[in-house]
Amino acid sequence: MQVTVEELAPVARFSLRVRDKGVAAVGKALGLTLPGRIGERADRGDLAVLCLGPDEWLLTAPEEARAGIVADLAGIYARAPHSLTDISHREVGFRISGPAAATLLSMGCPRDLDRLAPGRGVRTLFDSASVILWRDGPDMFRMDVWRSFAPHVRSLLEIGQQELAAGL
Amino acid sequence: MLLIHCPYCDETLPEAEFAYAGEAHIARPADPMATSDEEWRDYLFIRTNARGPHYERWRHVHGCGRFFNALRDTVSDRFLMTYKAGVPRPDLPATEDAQ
Repeated sequence: MQVTVEELAPVARFSLRVRDKGVAAVGKALGLTLPGRIGERADRGDLAVLCLGPDEWLLTAPEEARAGIVADLAGIYARAPHSLTDISHREVGFRISGPAAATLLSMGCPRDLDRLAPGRGVRTLFDSASVILWRDGPDMFRMDVWRSFAPHVRSLLEIGQQELAAGL
Repeated sequence: MLLIHCPYCDETLPEAEFAYAGEAHIARPADPMATSDEEWRDYLFIRTNARGPHYERWRHVHGCGRFFNALRDTVSDRFLMTYKAGVPRPDLPATEDAQ
């Protein structure tokens, strides 16, 4: 059972909170339509926007794009009040890929991962840590973990990899 | 593990993602200054402790983060319904199987 776990390079992450009339304006400033349903995702180039709650979105982008996003949204703040918080350093990203990726994640995640379609992402649990789980492809997951939980999650994933390799 | 339907995510998800948050539909007295000590004590501490269907609050803490209300049978631990916060208290479902 093949599965690889790798730590991803840092990216810019933002927590965006906006409601009602501001949603369309913020989407326009970012050059896309903010997804309306929880778990849906929208992409424009390297920018990915994931809907986490009724008024909450997560933005990820390359680090070079950070200043541009802040400036774009600051420009519309008067018209569309919102909260944009830089959380880039709060989280560490892991990529879990391979035919056994879902099996490995199911060791810590209580969700039914078969029902998480590729192209979607959700906030959920891994063991006791709150994580954001993106399904980039059928056998490709990305997990954003709070920095202080990362060593714990990493060691659990390593134990799981060893168990899978041993055929347990 | 219990499965709970989150009315915001519109998905039925494992209990581990949720947190219990006490009895629902407890309104803060509109004018605390005019409230007697006994009424304030009742507001803060006195709960129904129902045996059977119980209106209670839950939070989808490892998910959308929202508080919502649920009607749970405290005997069977079955969730009879869940609904968004702010919605008036619905009537009891007609049958035990209504979910």
